[in-house]
Amino acid sequence: MMIKSRRSFLKVAGIAAIGMGAAPVMNLAASDSHGSTQPKTAKNEEALHAKRWGMVIDTSKLTEEVVEAVKKACHKSHNVPDFNIEPDAEKYSGNRPARDGQEIKWIWDEHFHYAFPDKEDEFLAEKFHDLPFLVTCNHCKNPPCVQACPTQATFKREDGIVLMDYHRCIGCRFCMAACPYGSRNFNFTDPRPFIEETDPDFPTRTKGVVEKCNLCAERLAKGEQPHCVEASEGAIVVGDLEDPDSEIRSLLAEHYTIRRKQSLGTEPSVYYIV
Amino acid sequence: MLEIAIKGSKKYWLWIALLLAVMGAGAIAYADQFLNGLVITGMSRDVSWGFYIANFTFLVGVAAGGVMVVIPYYLHDYERFHRITILGEFLAVACLVMCLLFIVVDLGQPIRMLNVLLYPTPHSMLFWDMIVLNGYLFLNIVVGWKVLEAERNQIEPVWWTKPLVYLSIPFAIGIHTVTAYLYCGLPGRGYWLTAILAPRFLASAFAAGPAFLIILCYIIKKFTKFDPGWEAMQTLSKIVCYAIIANLFFFACEVFVVYYSGIPGHLSHMQYLLFGLHGHNMMVPWMWSALILMGLGAIFLLIPKLRNNRALLPVTCAMIFFGAWIDKALGMIAGGFVPSPLHHVNEYAPTLQEGIIAMGVYGAGFFVLTILYKLATTVKEEVRG
Repeated sequence: MMIKSRRSFLKVAGIAAIGMGAAPVMNLAASDSHGSTQPKTAKNEEALHAKRWGMVIDTSKLTEEVVEAVKKACHKSHNVPDFNIEPDAEKYSGNRPARDGQEIKWIWDEHFHYAFPDKEDEFLAEKFHDLPFLVTCNHCKNPPCVQACPTQATFKREDGIVLMDYHRCIGCRFCMAACPYGSRNFNFTDPRPFIEETDPDFPTRTKGVVEKCNLCAERLAKGEQPHCVEASEGAIVVGDLEDPDSEIRSLLAEHYTIRRKQSLGTEPSVYYIV
Repeated sequence: MLEIAIKGSKKYWLWIALLLAVMGAGAIAYADQFLNGLVITGMSRDVSWGFYIANFTFLVGVAAGGVMVVIPYYLHDYERFHRITILGEFLAVACLVMCLLFIVVDLGQPIRMLNVLLYPTPHSMLFWDMIVLNGYLFLNIVVGWKVLEAERNQIEPVWWTKPLVYLSIPFAIGIHTVTAYLYCGLPGRGYWLTAILAPRFLASAFAAGPAFLIILCYIIKKFTKFDPGWEAMQTLSKIVCYAIIANLFFFACEVFVVYYSGIPGHLSHMQYLLFGLHGHNMMVPWMWSALILMGLGAIFLLIPKLRNNRALLPVTCAMIFFGAWIDKALGMIAGGFVPSPLHHVNEYAPTLQEGIIAMGVYGAGFFVLTILYKLATTVKEEVRG
């Protein structure tokens, strides 16, 4: 058995080696009649484009149910772990639960005075006091996290979306110190055992890397609206800030909006109608 | 020259064995962190840097403090520092080794750390920090080694050590300036967002580094036949004195600006450190101890009678050293991250395992320091005797 399997392995390996040697020649021969051998990248015709993506959140439409639905839709589809669940003992053994405060959240609710600490007001209208304000990554025009990252693992795309490369991140957490909105998360432990139901359409992360909201870049590329927009019952609108005819620009034209910590000059792309 | 390190007394080997044990314990604790992640630390989403980066920041200062013997000796021909210059340079080497180790143990994905070199990113201060730290380490190893070797052979050091020494001076200033820039260029962190952070870092470095060097001189005098010289230690103590006064003055400037302007985003951090915030006051006893230790230390060094007291001087230096450690290591991290950017107050305390890993790094640093000091003192004994 052993000998046979070794022989068959050698045979396969030999054929493979010949194949590898021959491949460039074959490709050369093929290239004339069948075009380039380079892999082709195709652009999805339906992809949504913007010069600068932005978000408008109408706080008058935020109820506790909407907030819960938004958080759930985002976290479930992005495989954001929940450290309160008990991991599957059969599949995962020896994993350690995260400590208090080592949680991961991409979009979550805060009270007004936490979401807008510099707009604290002694006589704030009662209706704002207990209103759940949704906060997330602001996809800033001048993102301090991108400036801080020593490996370009976090970077700003041309359309303004600030993304993370989970495979390049060294886990130095400089970006977390730099973000003035507390929007970044660090995987203190392996998140996989704490994902109740893994969505195969989105990658899971490993321990030791930073992650955050990606404005559903993977959905925009397919021509779909972000999860939070779909779950928000009209409270969240995402669109092109630089297109004067876009829906979010007309919302901004009609309403008075505020942004978080505007004085810092990071130019957040998330606007709140209050 | 390294053969000197494997000849030593029983006490020497006992000390080496102790350090190896501490390093071993740290390595075992780190292996667990490596496999399971930084979950074993007390860090959180809000306080994302902790004990490791705190000690890193402090030790960069101790390393930079070595320049306080290099400058007088090489720039002003201050002969009395002739004997201890090498000690300052080797202290810097040991501290930089610890700094780099603290950075490595703090990484979430240490295997990928070369990404900093593979994707050089000049707009990140961490990139520059890596350059100056490694540059300063390299300079000190080369200069220290070459000068010591020349001393052993009783010849003049090779000519190119001189320009390297001069280059090491801006590098020493550079390592602590860039380390301060890691902190003070960040928006939304009121405690760090101050132009005086780099000068404050340097002042505390020029106090803590020489203070530690004085303590080391005492230890060397006790355990070897080499005498670093009381007059050199006296000059060093004056340097410590003025540096710690400058550090306290800079801190007072911060306190004035923060409390007189009353801007909440800046005030709340100082309030947390000095008086506690919303019932959270873990740092309060620490910060007041730091201020008392540094303040008393400054007074002891200002009064000539107390400064000249051979028994009191090492105690004073230890007070200043630990005061600066609390202020710059613990206070800098806690003050920067608490309260969080959203003004939540979540406190941080290192876990035992985190502490053991840090001790392991200190063990490695003292191991390097012991070997290098053994070389330096033995050569100096040989030459004199």
